[in-house]
Amino acid sequence: MSPPSASCTLRLDCQLRQGDFELTAQGELRWHGVLGLCGPSGSGKSTLLRLLAGLEPRASGRIELDGDCLQDGRRRYSLAPHRRRIAYVFQDARLFSHLSVAGNLHYALRRARSCGLGFDAVVEQLHLQPLLARGVDALSGGETQRVALGRALLSATRLLLLDEPVSALDPQQRESVLRALESLRDNGGPPMIYVSHAPAEIMRLARRTLYIANGRLALAATATLSQASDLGLCT
Amino acid sequence: MNRGLVSLLLLISASTGASEATVAVAANFTAPLQQLIADFSAHSTHRLRVASGSTGGLYTAIRQGAPYDLLLAADSLRPQRLVEEGVAVAGSRCTYAVGRLILWSADPSAIAADPVMALAHPALRHLAIANPDTAPYGVAAREVLEGLGLWQALAPRLVRGMDIGQTYQMVATGNAEIGFVAASSLPTPDPTGSRWEVPPQLYSPLTQDAVLLQRAQDNPAALAFLRYLGSAPALQRIAALGYAPANRRACGKA
Amino acid sequence: MDDYGPLWLTLKLAAAAVLLLLVIGTPLAWWLAHGRTRLRLLFEAAVALPLVLPPTILGFYLLLMMSPKSAVGGWWLQHTGQTLTFSFTGLVIASVLYSLPFVVQPLQTAFEGIGRRPLEAAWTLGATRLDAFLTVAAPLALRGFATAIVLGFAHTLGEFGVVLMVGGSIPGETRVISIAIFEAVERLDYATAHALSLSLLAFSYCVVLLVYVLNRRFPRVLP
Repeated sequence: MSPPSASCTLRLDCQLRQGDFELTAQGELRWHGVLGLCGPSGSGKSTLLRLLAGLEPRASGRIELDGDCLQDGRRRYSLAPHRRRIAYVFQDARLFSHLSVAGNLHYALRRARSCGLGFDAVVEQLHLQPLLARGVDALSGGETQRVALGRALLSATRLLLLDEPVSALDPQQRESVLRALESLRDNGGPPMIYVSHAPAEIMRLARRTLYIANGRLALAATATLSQASDLGLCT
Repeated sequence: MNRGLVSLLLLISASTGASEATVAVAANFTAPLQQLIADFSAHSTHRLRVASGSTGGLYTAIRQGAPYDLLLAADSLRPQRLVEEGVAVAGSRCTYAVGRLILWSADPSAIAADPVMALAHPALRHLAIANPDTAPYGVAAREVLEGLGLWQALAPRLVRGMDIGQTYQMVATGNAEIGFVAASSLPTPDPTGSRWEVPPQLYSPLTQDAVLLQRAQDNPAALAFLRYLGSAPALQRIAALGYAPANRRACGKA
Repeated sequence: MDDYGPLWLTLKLAAAAVLLLLVIGTPLAWWLAHGRTRLRLLFEAAVALPLVLPPTILGFYLLLMMSPKSAVGGWWLQHTGQTLTFSFTGLVIASVLYSLPFVVQPLQTAFEGIGRRPLEAAWTLGATRLDAFLTVAAPLALRGFATAIVLGFAHTLGEFGVVLMVGGSIPGETRVISIAIFEAVERLDYATAHALSLSLLAFSYCVVLLVYVLNRRFPRVLP
């Protein structure tokens, strides 16, 4: 019997304008495990994640995560990214090249604000043991993403954001990362938002999916994922 | 008689054709030289170019073959050396100006009746002199201070300018309260501040010598200008700019 | 007279100037690299000024600025009893201004090369901005620091025009080696000029070599 997946409640009412592009997101989201976020390129998927992580200081409006206010435009309040405990796995991994794999992992562990998954648990779950002593440049694409995932987990995050983590990987590497994510979802990992424009990945990981197009988030989607992909809503 | 000489020179130059010469001049005499050349050119068709720098630098350049025809130095030592080394024409060395050393302050009340008081004042922070190693005015200043018995006492408060022009700058900007400057640096006719004209017997004469270089021994322009430096209008101009006339070996004689 | 006094004085000056420049220049370079206001451009141009100004002009303005008659020089005189001109402190200040672009520009380039990405990663992992700078940006920028130190040090060692204007050539205080060499040449003392020049050359070369050797051990900045 696998442990219950972590659940998450996100209340959004925020906007961000970047030049000609405007992102608007409104509504309340509640999910367990992995929430998929799907949309064509340029629709604002990464922007939404960045907004949640606190990396877009020019955003306005209100964001609430599990009852905690992360941002409130009316009070001009915005919680700094290092305080949000929202970890981000970037599309380009962004491992620190001046540290080894173990160094990268410990970097997150040292700054974790609470006890999350332990070091050994993460290393085991993501099969990072043989990589620990290696330098960051000596890793393959799949290994890099797994280390990035491990690093994000070790920061005792309460929400994990994944921005197209496998899009640049070959099928074999993709498989290893997806399997790791499934394992996390089923074994007490934090709630996740998984961004992709590949329906197959989302189908595999997420029970619920949001669609975003032209900067607008469709929260009241009732179409199933297969219907959405037929309609070309993801790509 | 000088008018006659000038006319004669003009005739000679007209018959031999106008020529060109390059005059290397010590930096602090550059401005006076420009004026002298302007005066000279009003009555002559010769063309003169000016290259200015520190006397030491010019001396070194000349030793290395720099294409100068005349050297107007800030001392007599370097021209003498050039003659001894055969680089300059023997017998051409002459004094074109003699410097006047002035103790000067930008503050009108600093140097009152007794200049030694101003020098020995306990609250004095900085006394500016030209560097005795590099400038004749610095040597003169040192001689004056030693003669007054103040050299040792004032040594910690000395600041040295690379040349006499820079020394003046230090005093004019108020960074040094007083300093030994050249009379030629001071603004005329109404100088601000206070001054003491140092009696010439307190220091070795600041003779500034000119010399003709070997490559120019037949250069009409160079020869003409060298003689011009001893002419009455030239001497008048030089005196007006803050220099004393030569006692001995003046240019243009003989 | 201690013939090598000017060398030690010059080394002290260069070391003091570089240290001060690292303290002032690092936050400045950081702001120029990452700041968002248009004001940055004005500062960037100002920082580059010592590159284009002849040293004597810089020296001349410093002479005016540090004069006891001016606001800055007068304030200094009041509070320390000494003039800023003709002092070692004055030379340090002059050297900081004179070598500013040689320290700030390599740092700025290094910080720009790092970009925001590693910093964003650090922030999402719980690092404060200062923490992210010290533990991510600075280590990745070590090459830039090495270049800044070498250039700042070397540039100050060779300083002549500015020191000439505001130094006053006081032995042990402001007679730095470039001045001493010039004076030796002027008084035709070529032996001393050679000795000083060779010692400066040898020392400078060793410092530069040392910094580059140490630099080999540090990783490059990610493209």
